[in-house]
Amino acid sequence: MEVTDKLVTMVLALVAFAAVIGLILLVVHLLERRGARHVAWWFVGPTVLLIAVGLVYPALRTLWRSFYDAAGTSFIGLGNYTDIFTSGEQLVVLRNTVLWVLVTPFVATVVGLIYAILVDGARGEAAAKALIFLPMAISFVGASIIWRFMYEYRFYDPSVENNPNQIGLINQVIVWLGGSPQNFLLNSPWNNLFLIVVMIWIQAGFAMTILSAAIKAIPTEITEAARLDGVSSFEMFRFVTVPSIRPTLIVVLTTIAIGCLKVFDIVRTMTAGRFGTSVVANEFYTQSFSAGNQGLGAALAVLLFVLVVPIIAYNVRQLRKADHR
Amino acid sequence: MSAVQIDTATVGPPTGGRPRESTAAAARRRLSRPWASLFAVVLAVLWTIPTFGLLVTSFRPAADINKSGWWTSFFDPNYTLENYQTVLSTDSAQSLAPSIMNSIVITIPAVVLPVFLATLAAYAFAWMSFRGRNVLFIAVFALQVVPIQVTLIPLLSLYVDIGVSGTFWAVWLSHTMFGLPLAVFLLHNFMQEIPGELIEAARVDGAGHVTIFFRLMLPMLKPAIAALGIYQFLWVWNDLLVALTFTGSSRDLAPMTVALLNLTGTRGSQWFLLSAGAFVSIIIPAIVFLSLQRYFVRGLLAGSVKG
Amino acid sequence: MNGMRKRRYTTIAASAAALALVLTACSSDDGGDGGTDGTGAPTADCADFEQYGDLSGKTITIYAGIVTPEDQPYVDSFKPFEDCTGAKVDYQADKQFEQQILVRAQAGNPPDIAIIPQPGLLAQLVATGTVVEAPEGVAANVDEFWGEDWKALGTVDGTFYAAPSGASVKSLVWYSPQEFEANGWEVPTTLDELKTLSDTIAADSGHKPWCAGIASDAATGWPVTDWMEDFVLREGGADVYDQWVSHEIAFNSEVPTKALDAVGEYLKNPDYVNGGFGDVSSIATTAFQDGGLPILEGQCSLHRMASFYAANFPQGTDISENGQIFAFYLPGKTAEDKPVLGAGEFVTAFADRPEVQALQEFWSSDTWANLKAQASVDLTNGGWITANKGLDPSILTNPIDKLSADILLDENAVFRFDGSDMMPAAVGSNAFWKEATSWITGQSTKDTLDKIEAAWPAS
Repeated sequence: MEVTDKLVTMVLALVAFAAVIGLILLVVHLLERRGARHVAWWFVGPTVLLIAVGLVYPALRTLWRSFYDAAGTSFIGLGNYTDIFTSGEQLVVLRNTVLWVLVTPFVATVVGLIYAILVDGARGEAAAKALIFLPMAISFVGASIIWRFMYEYRFYDPSVENNPNQIGLINQVIVWLGGSPQNFLLNSPWNNLFLIVVMIWIQAGFAMTILSAAIKAIPTEITEAARLDGVSSFEMFRFVTVPSIRPTLIVVLTTIAIGCLKVFDIVRTMTAGRFGTSVVANEFYTQSFSAGNQGLGAALAVLLFVLVVPIIAYNVRQLRKADHR
Repeated sequence: MSAVQIDTATVGPPTGGRPRESTAAAARRRLSRPWASLFAVVLAVLWTIPTFGLLVTSFRPAADINKSGWWTSFFDPNYTLENYQTVLSTDSAQSLAPSIMNSIVITIPAVVLPVFLATLAAYAFAWMSFRGRNVLFIAVFALQVVPIQVTLIPLLSLYVDIGVSGTFWAVWLSHTMFGLPLAVFLLHNFMQEIPGELIEAARVDGAGHVTIFFRLMLPMLKPAIAALGIYQFLWVWNDLLVALTFTGSSRDLAPMTVALLNLTGTRGSQWFLLSAGAFVSIIIPAIVFLSLQRYFVRGLLAGSVKG
Repeated sequence: MNGMRKRRYTTIAASAAALALVLTACSSDDGGDGGTDGTGAPTADCADFEQYGDLSGKTITIYAGIVTPEDQPYVDSFKPFEDCTGAKVDYQADKQFEQQILVRAQAGNPPDIAIIPQPGLLAQLVATGTVVEAPEGVAANVDEFWGEDWKALGTVDGTFYAAPSGASVKSLVWYSPQEFEANGWEVPTTLDELKTLSDTIAADSGHKPWCAGIASDAATGWPVTDWMEDFVLREGGADVYDQWVSHEIAFNSEVPTKALDAVGEYLKNPDYVNGGFGDVSSIATTAFQDGGLPILEGQCSLHRMASFYAANFPQGTDISENGQIFAFYLPGKTAEDKPVLGAGEFVTAFADRPEVQALQEFWSSDTWANLKAQASVDLTNGGWITANKGLDPSILTNPIDKLSADILLDENAVFRFDGSDMMPAAVGSNAFWKEATSWITGQSTKDTLDKIEAAWPAS
């Protein structure tokens, strides 16, 4: 396909989309003119339809498959779930996923928050923020290439002469400081933390940008009042800043946590889930498309959904509160 | 209080310099300033070093990359443009050039479609009453967590049945489906911030929902839409799995992430090509993000700040 | 970023049975019709293609894991077919092939033809019901140009589906002839000599004798499985090997246990590994592509890896009998005992349209084999050999290609296909790799084999 063909295809697609939506809205408009009141479904219809096809149907299919054996031919009830909870390796997968979800959102948010406060109003604030945000624009594949040059390990034996040069910066720093280099991606469970560091590196910018904006939006009256009361800067942070941006904090934590539940690329490209670093999404892919065990893969995906229930429940409660206001 | 936020969200940054000192500035002013600055600088340096290392590596000759750390090149400078020539030249088999256009063609509709549909849906969830509204909204929110991997086979079967597999349509539709839950969730939060009185007033004047949506909502939502658009852009641009599955590996359709995956070919680990290729793939999203950063900030802020 | 697995498709070598016959078949004349002009792009006489009829306007899609630069010889090898029949061949490849082909088959969206590097994956695909039986013309070609064992590898449950295409040899040890000469070391001819040589190097050279790397993205661990297969062949012989692969004897039974322990005397011996990289566990995080490079730096002397590894040395490296780098056959228990481990790839069709069958038939012919070999010589300096008996060995120019042929042509050679490729996917492309990796990082031989045995599907 030529470049122009591609562009034409793209423009046609956009025009077609605009035409369909335009038609729908025109119909709604005419209906409303005639006094129709229940037009909401025209607004949510396309979204609900697409989500039903693209997410609900596959999710239900996965649920159904999770009760079948590896080949998907005979019903085995909860067999796959029993397998997961009795297999040491699968339990490690679940443990890792929980670790990701617990550690990443909080560390990324704390780093983002502290940085947002530190650079707030400082000279060169925009540039300082851009530096932290840059990793967000990098694909997971790119990120894993980048971190290779941080973590790469070469042995170092002080008693020998021709040691190979370190290629990973962190190990070089360790050698300079007189320590012995570490094979960061190898030693479980710590290697999980080194993978999580990559995710934190990416997500801290997201947290920082949004929290920074939230902080700037705190009304001056509140801070002035607090200052007149003579609060310390820590108290200001603890009793004024944090409560004021609490809803933003929840959105940031939720978004990052859900991203971590689904984390796939980082693990896939950096360790491929070896050395006890696999997570649910990676294990699903491996079981379904390499090991030929679709039932087990499906059960893992269902567990992923179960893991997110607390996060959903919490957000629903927030939603209810907001509705009551 | 909401009025204040709407101001920041829709009117743009206050004019005439910084009008007031924020709590953070106050907090920071009270911290011993040098330590705070030092800490910020350290964080910024730590966050930048990895990317900087990639940048340096991408200019080093292939033979050096595996023999010494990238920082050693400062003491013994030896740089080359060859890596970039290889990944960008049009006649090299490893060229990323054709895939740049594919990435663009994939990304634009895959951003426009979900963002617009989500805006419509979020409006209904926020300002229209209908049966099952809350349940449906919670369901949409919860579906964010469905891993893309489980959808691959069902969706691909569907695309085969309706004859769009191996076309851009399959990729656009998939990204739209996957992007909708988060988009609806964030836009809904934003919509709730808009004062109900505005809507009520318009209703009293006899305006229908379509009119309100276009005349009132879209203008006020601009920053949020721009922000969400950037978020979706980064996601689509950096996606590997969706592209890999739904383009059917056709070189005519493959975006940069797929090209990057295949860049090293069958021979060796070829870090010199990977580092240059990775950097090329970063440039466009970085430019897009940096130039639209202020929208991103204002939009998502408005969606989340309340309370 | 996975799908780098095994690089079986970057093959350089040939199969024992096939090449043995190549030489006997060709010794009477000088190798038959090469089908090329010997220097430039492949050419062929359109008369050879008349049997396929006029296929103008038809397109055949091929999907494979063979990416740049080794895809181009494939594309070129189909050109005469395209020129003469009017059909268009659309070759697509990416490194996630081994997962994506399953996704596409299950979703009902397979290509017309896929190049499958493992019989195990072929069986998985056949189970999806999308693979079509090979047409008679292909079966006839395979009967004519390949040995029976090769045909069996492309057969699932008695139905012949896929013709073999390329092949490779895995029982090789890379070394530096210059270093060997300078130190007076001799290429070993038995396993005992290999052991003695390792001890000598460890004692004399000041560096570890062996280097290894098994990291390969999602397939991390596979080089260990090749080591183990080579040693099962040596400890138990071909019959026990076959029983082990087909699970007639348990994965954790006596011979496999002995074999893995024997591998451990090399790979888990801190006196032997891991030259240029560190301790034993560094094997697990070293990319297999980098595993043998320290030989060039004088940081290790021996690296066991398949023939395709030649491509991983930097351009300009002198790879030849007396050069910087060469390889020797991983010896058997005795000098007479010559088991050879190898691998290959299989042309699998998902459609039975006439143009697809025509291409399959052409692909399984001697004409194609020679076109492809010549294209590889021209474009990638060789590095490709087929088990097709119609191949003209004089096309091969690369010393490693020739070496592989020599090993295989040895009358005592017993060829066996890579076992992990034939085991069920749950073992061959998951548990075996995973546990082999854990074994390197400290898991005991017994635990490793017990866990793989437990992962074997029940049926």
